[in-house]
Parts: sequence; C-alpha cells; structure tokens
Amino acid sequence: MLGLDKKDTTLMLVVAALALLAPFILNPFPEGSAMAQFNAGYPDLMQRFAIYGILAIGFNILFGLTGYLSFGHAAFLGVGSYSAVWMFKLLSYNVIPGIILSVIVAGLFSVVIGFISLRRSGIYFSILTLAFAQMSYNLAYSVLGNPSSNFNLTNGETGLQVYASDPQILASASAPEVPHLFGVAMRSSYQLEVGSWLFTFNAGYYLCAVILMLSFYVSVRIFRSPFGMMLRAVKSNQQRMNYTGLHTRPYTLAAFVISGMYAGLAGGLLSTMDPLAGAERMQWTASGEVVLMTILGGAGTLLGPVVGAGFIKYFENIFSKINEGVLHQWFGFLPDGMESAVIWVVEHFVGPGWHLTLGLLFMLVVTFLPGGLVQGGQHLWRLLAGKSRKEEHAKTETQSTPAE
Amino acid sequence: MGILEVKNVNKRFGGLKALSDVNLSIAEHSVHAIIGPNGAGKSTLLNCLVGKLIPDTGSVMFDGQSVLGRAPYEINQMGISRVFQTPEIFGDLTVMENMMIPCFAKRDGAFELNALTSIVKQKDIIERAEHMLEDMNMIDKRNMHAASMSRGDKRRLEIGMCLSQEPRLLLLDEPTAGMARADTNNTIDLLKQIKDTRDITIAIIEHDMHVVFSLAERITVLAQGSPLVEDTPEKIKGHPKVREAYLGESA
Amino acid sequence: MDAIILQILNGLDKGSAYALIALGLTLIFGTLGVVNFAHGALFMIGAFCAVTMQRLLTLSFETVDPTKTDFLGKPMKIKTHYVEAWFGPDVGASLVDWAVPLSILLAIPVMLIIGYVMERGLIKHFYKRPHADQILVTFGLAIVLQEIVKHYYGANPIPTGAPAAFRGSFDFGQLLGFDPNVIIYPYWRMVYFAFAAVIIGAVFAFLQFTTFGMVVRAGMADRETVGLLGINIDRRFTIMFGLAAAVAGLAGAMYAPINSPNYHMGMDFLVLSFVVVVVGGMGSLPGAVAAGFLLGILEAFASMNEIKSILPGIDQIIIYLVAIIILLTRPRGLLGRKGVMEE
Repeated sequence: MLGLDKKDTTLMLVVAALALLAPFILNPFPEGSAMAQFNAGYPDLMQRFAIYGILAIGFNILFGLTGYLSFGHAAFLGVGSYSAVWMFKLLSYNVIPGIILSVIVAGLFSVVIGFISLRRSGIYFSILTLAFAQMSYNLAYSVLGNPSSNFNLTNGETGLQVYASDPQILASASAPEVPHLFGVAMRSSYQLEVGSWLFTFNAGYYLCAVILMLSFYVSVRIFRSPFGMMLRAVKSNQQRMNYTGLHTRPYTLAAFVISGMYAGLAGGLLSTMDPLAGAERMQWTASGEVVLMTILGGAGTLLGPVVGAGFIKYFENIFSKINEGVLHQWFGFLPDGMESAVIWVVEHFVGPGWHLTLGLLFMLVVTFLPGGLVQGGQHLWRLLAGKSRKEEHAKTETQSTPAE
Repeated sequence: MGILEVKNVNKRFGGLKALSDVNLSIAEHSVHAIIGPNGAGKSTLLNCLVGKLIPDTGSVMFDGQSVLGRAPYEINQMGISRVFQTPEIFGDLTVMENMMIPCFAKRDGAFELNALTSIVKQKDIIERAEHMLEDMNMIDKRNMHAASMSRGDKRRLEIGMCLSQEPRLLLLDEPTAGMARADTNNTIDLLKQIKDTRDITIAIIEHDMHVVFSLAERITVLAQGSPLVEDTPEKIKGHPKVREAYLGESA
Repeated sequence: MDAIILQILNGLDKGSAYALIALGLTLIFGTLGVVNFAHGALFMIGAFCAVTMQRLLTLSFETVDPTKTDFLGKPMKIKTHYVEAWFGPDVGASLVDWAVPLSILLAIPVMLIIGYVMERGLIKHFYKRPHADQILVTFGLAIVLQEIVKHYYGANPIPTGAPAAFRGSFDFGQLLGFDPNVIIYPYWRMVYFAFAAVIIGAVFAFLQFTTFGMVVRAGMADRETVGLLGINIDRRFTIMFGLAAAVAGLAGAMYAPINSPNYHMGMDFLVLSFVVVVVGGMGSLPGAVAAGFLLGILEAFASMNEIKSILPGIDQIIIYLVAIIILLTRPRGLLGRKGVMEE
C-alpha cells in the first residue's frame, strides 16, 4: 500500500490507529477515579505528543541514519515557531500559511547552518551546531527582540504574539480570533461522555495527528529508499563512500535539511497550539530533550522516536503533577516512619524534580540501553520467543524419545 | 602511452622527502606491481593517485586527464577503484546492501536525492548486485551483516564492490596483508580470474613476493621515494640492484 | 588607549574562568579521550562550595538577652555565629568575611572526591564507547548535578561576597598616568586573575616537571604506546580526572563573588568553554588557555558601547561567530595538533 511493503504497511496502520484513537487510548481511567490522574487524553498533552513525535522523527533521519549528533535542533524548532506567529500577525490566524512558512524558513536556516557545520564531523559537528543554536538563542532573546527597535523580529523576553494592531490582511470577520483551520478553531473540542468516561476530540490535536501520520509516512519512505541506504552507509564508513565515487556531503546536508524542516514543522505546530513563541524554545536544553527522545525510543528505528517522544512527554506531565499530597495518598499504607522516608526519597524525583528524573533516565538509557526502548523491546521479545521455541523443541524431543 | 601516467612527482612531509621524481607508466590491460621496502613511499604514491594527497610538484594523468586536485569520489567516478589494506566495507550493512551501493554510484553518479523511491523497486541495481555476488561466490551470504564475515570474505566483498563499478583501473593496497595462506591463495586466484575475464588494468602494491610473482606482468621497485628499476618479473628477480635494496634486506 | 586597557582588564576575569574550565576539559580530552559535558557542572559545584562555606561559617545559635527588648516588647533574641563564639568575635568575624577564599579548603577535597567517584563510577565505562555516547551520558549527569543543587539551594542566585578588604576598586589608570577614575578595576577581579594564573602555572609545572606529568603528556601525544609500555594508565587517568575536577571547582569557588552562584551557571559556562577548547585546538593545553583569555577579552571589547552602537548585540554572539570562523578556516583550532580527536 502506498509504496510500502507488508511490514511497513502494518507499522503505518498501527501508528495511524494510535494517532486517530489517541483520545480513547490515552483516557483508560474513568473520571473521578484515583487513577484518573494517569490519563493523558487532554488536547494540550496529546498535541504535544504529536508535535514532539514529529520533531523526533525528523531528528532521527539525521542522527539515526547518518550518526551526526546535532545539538542545535531547537534552533529550527524556534525559527519555525516565530515564522508561524509572523504569519498570524501579517496574514491571518489561519494556520496553513504559518505551517508552510515555518517549514520553508527552517529549511533555509538549516541549509546555512548545515552547510557550515557539516564541513566537520564527530564532536566538532556537535559543537558547531551547539554554537549556532546558542547564537540563535541569544539573537532571539535579546538582539533581534528589542521592542523599542525598528527591527523587532522576536519580541525578546516577552515572546512573539499577535496584537490587535497587527495588519492581519487576510483576516475575515467570520473567522475566530484564535489560530484556526479555515474557520475551525484549533482549540475547539467535542466531548463524548460514555458512562463515567470522558473523551475529548480536539481540532488542533487532529491536525497534529494527521501531520504526524504524514511525517511518519515520509520517514518510512526515506528509510526504505536508496537515499536512506546511502545515509546509513555514511554512518558506517565514510572512507568507503568517498572511494566508491559518492560525495558524502550533499547526502548529509540533505538529511540535515530534511530533519531541520521537520523541526520547523513541529515549531510551527507549537505556535498553532498557542500563538506565543518564546526564545526558550531554542535553548540547548531543548535540543538535548530531542536527542533524549530519539535515543530513548531507539535511534535509527522507525517507531523509536515516536515512542520516545510520547514516553518523555507523558512522564513529564505525570511526574510534574505529583506533589506531596499525592505521595501521602500512595504511601499511606506504610508505617509512619517508613512512609516519610519513602516520600522524602521519591519527592526528589517528582514535581519540580522531574528534570532530575529526566537526567537520570538519560544516563541509564545511554549506559544500559544504547539501542533504546524499541530495541530493548525487540530483544526481550526475541528472548521470550526464543525461549518458548526452545521449550517447544524440548517438548517434541521428550515426546519423540519414548516413541523410538 | 599508459592508462596512468605519473610524471616527476615529488612529495615532502616537513623535512622528509617521501617521493622524489617519481615517473611511472602503467600500460592498459596490464597487471603492474609496485614493490619496495618499508618507507619506500609506496603508500604515499598510492594516496597521490586517488586524491588523498596532492603531490608538491609533478602530474598524474589518468586516461589523458589530470587527477590532481580532484576529490577521491571524483577520481573514482573517472574510473579508478581502490582496495584498501584492511578491507573497507560498510560493516553495519548487509552484504547485499554493500554491493548495491557501488551499483548506485555507477548508475546515479556522486549524488542523487532519490528519497521517495523504494530500494526494492530498483530492479536493475538488484540484478546487477546479485550478479556480482554470484561472480564473487557470495550469493549465499547476501543477508549477512558485513562486519560479521571473515577477513578473506570481507576482502572478496570489497573487490567485488570495486569491480561492480566496472573501473578501468583497480588499485590494490597490499590485498593479502595479514591473511592466512589459504586466503592469500584464494585472493590470488580471484585476481587472476579478474585479470583474465575483465577489461581492466590492475595496479598492486604488495609485500608478499609470492603474490607479486604470481600476478604481475610488470614490476616497479621503489626505494627511498624514487623508482629504482622497472621490468618484467623474471628480470627483476635477478636484478642486482633490487637484490641489494630489497630482496637482500629480506633474505 | 584607556578604553582598550579597560576592556582588556574586563576580559581577564571571564577569560580566566574560561581558561580554567577549558584547561580541565582539554586535560580530560587529551588523556582520557572523553568529551565531558558535565565539566560545567563541576564549575558550578565549586561555586556552591563557596556558598556552603559561607553558610557553614554563619551557622548560629540564638540566645536571649533579658536586658533588651525587641520592638514587640519581648526579650530580644540574639543570633551569634558559632565561629564567633569559639574563636572570639574578631577572629570569628574575619573568618565569616573570608568565607570565599576559605572555601578553597572545602572545594579541593570535595571536588577530588566528586572527580574520583565520577571517573570510577561512570566515565570509566565510556572510554571505548563512541563520542556521541560520552556526550549524552555526561549531558545527563550535568542535568542531574544541576537539579540536585537546585533542590537544595533553590533556583535564585545566591550573593556571595568577597572579603571586605577586596571589595572596592583599584584605580588602575592613575597608576599608568591616566586621569583618575578612567580605568578602575575591582580588587577581587584582580585577585581572581592572579589566582587563575597561579593555578594554570601550577598545572603546567606539574605536567612539565613531574614524572607523573611526563607520562600524562606522553599519553596525550600517543595513548596507545604509553599503554603498551606497561604503565598503569588507569590510575593516572583517575588522578587526572580528579585534578581537572578540582581545577574547575576552584575556578567556580573563587568566581562566586563575581557572579552570584546559580544552579545553571555551569551550563552557561560549559557551552562557551567548549567553544574555547575548539578554538584553542582540541587537545592543546596552551591553546585552551590562550583561547580562553582571547575570547574573554574579545567579549569585553564587543560589549563596549561604541561597538554595540554600530553592531547591536554583537557582544552576545561574538564568541560563537569567532568559533565558527576559526573552525572553518583552521579546522584544528589555533594550536591544535594533527590527529587529536579526529576520526
């Protein structure tokens, strides 16, 4: 189907089903139950799953295939966000021009940064991209964001947003005063109540979900293409590439630009979710987060980045919400002294301590699971499958022995 | 006029003169060996031919065109393929994929952004790669991880990858270094077969005299950065200067 | 002329910090072959050693003075620092005043222990892993260290004063024959520069004149050969890592009065220090020091009003611009050697 083989079609269908049915899948617990806090079917969170999924899919095309570790992808995310908000300011709140421009501008940006950074490889490449991203952050935060100057591209600390005085030349009176898709507001939702369950279907989420599916499809096609094979060859042996008559730099640059455009797309979508673009999106911790999502899920695998992004964003949401009260609820069954000891320990990792958990997770994954969750899962699967096959084998053997 | 003409090539590294006034002509369809003691400049010369190094002075012409100043991939596209001392293959890829990549390079050139076509649809490439694997006697290993093969098989694959590009000149840098006797003999047989069945010129840098004398039609002896003598294997064997500079040393 | 001297002076203190961090980074690069993204966090922990020292010295107990009453009419409670009670008010007060320099005594053992634990517990397992993995795992560690400090010290910067004796500024211009109040320079920054110079000198002397240093230098030039000589490289690696951690920590502790310590200062300095290392030339110790001062001074010049009025915001990006240009024109950096950190 659509130029995919059987296995990839299945994968694609799984992703499509997950994306389209997310409001159900992520809300397994009835409202008001103690477990409801683990639900994730809110429009806001679901949109973030999809958007960061797109970002990680794009990052994986660069890092997973070529092995070039960029520490500057947040710059493209930020550039995409700013571009989209500018479209809202100049044209209208319709999200389509914003999304298109965010991809184009991020693409141009990544051509420039990629062209320079890719002249070096390995650690030098990482540091160059990091330097570019920090430079972009500084530019966005202060230099190009001085509200009193004539050239205020980013509106500095406050963040770029739409004001009543903005031209919005294409705005129509009937369209809502929030980001919308041909009149359908991004934040409009339909709620479905089934028994004590409540499912929310949000327009913004479904836009992101459809784009996520498209992004995933394109990434599958790239992985299975001769171009994708060349990128894996770059990672494997550049020397052999060169002596096989292949020019590696255009290949890596193309991968860099494609992944930069994915990041721009994700940035544009973030702006459709909330039309306020701030410089903090470009900070290098944000770049680090993308890296983490990709390696956590499994760099170089198709599904890994989506899994990683969902995992991180879900636990970020859940962990940050847990406070002392919740902990007391959980560990109330323990004897008093033990309860406070356990809470004292756990407290460090939840709520504002989420970043600590994130850092530890980072270290644990890199140390013990370099292939990421997807590869770990495959490993486990093979181990279990292999075991059962062996058991079966043993069974047939014992059965055949008496017969002889 | 040979297919490869090296004229007055000099190369210095700081105070060390690695190559001085090297002149070399490799005749088309011949097997030409370059031998010499360690530090004679064999590798430096080879690197000057493939674009890894640029000589300080002199010229290197391949089929009437200068290779100087061109990047390795450009020189390869001109028709020179190189086999490395330690096999350079794509270890993370399968044997079949390894073989397909040079086929793509031959068909599409140095860069082609074919990101949305599927590999399985590239019938001509697949056919070509399979054919080459059959020639190399490796078709049963097609789905193997290239890195997990034996050294002899890696060498065989690398040579196959080079041949699939139909180069006019094949450069081999000590192709049997570090190999067991059986693997060495297999490689010699393979190279003999290539020489007999293909329209190709082979230049080989080698330490192992057994390999050199079983393959070469012409031999150039390099010593201290310049060619000492060039002749047929029979004459080289008895040449007093060579015995003194090279064979004498190892005897 | 006076403006130039002033900017050079202004660049020295930041340059000193860059140089000290970059020195440690380079030592770790060169000897262990590890890219340590947690090195900035070590600098930050050093700065918090100064904060901790200040807090330790100002630990106090309360006594009730029945003769006085506070504004509510209750007997006045008086806080007395333990050190003042133990050593007498004069000595105690000056100990509190000298908290930052005294924190060196705390920082050295703390940093050596952290360095030891880090190397044995984590870094050791990454010697043979790809650079990407090293970057990622130390990046994770940096986040962890940063969050721990944030948890205990809060998110806000903590002002940590220099001793009263160094609080003013020195009129440097008058000394050189300029008008008064043209070139003034805070005393503590002079102290910091001198301190950095001493540390840098000590590290170089250590590497130059001790057998240990000789082996380390040989190891930086050619790791494999030194390993083949049968010298126990592992133990030396641990010591080198501890040393680099201590240098970063001392740099941080003494920097506390210049820049009130906050939990993310390490990250800010780390990115710049990496740039410094790259500009200086990966694996070159003199390169790291030279580039540290060079970039510090350049940054100071870029923040002059005269320059900012022509190129607004140039101070924010100058270091990155310079790094990008240098990396493209001299890929090995200013003093880099061939073959270091190249694949």
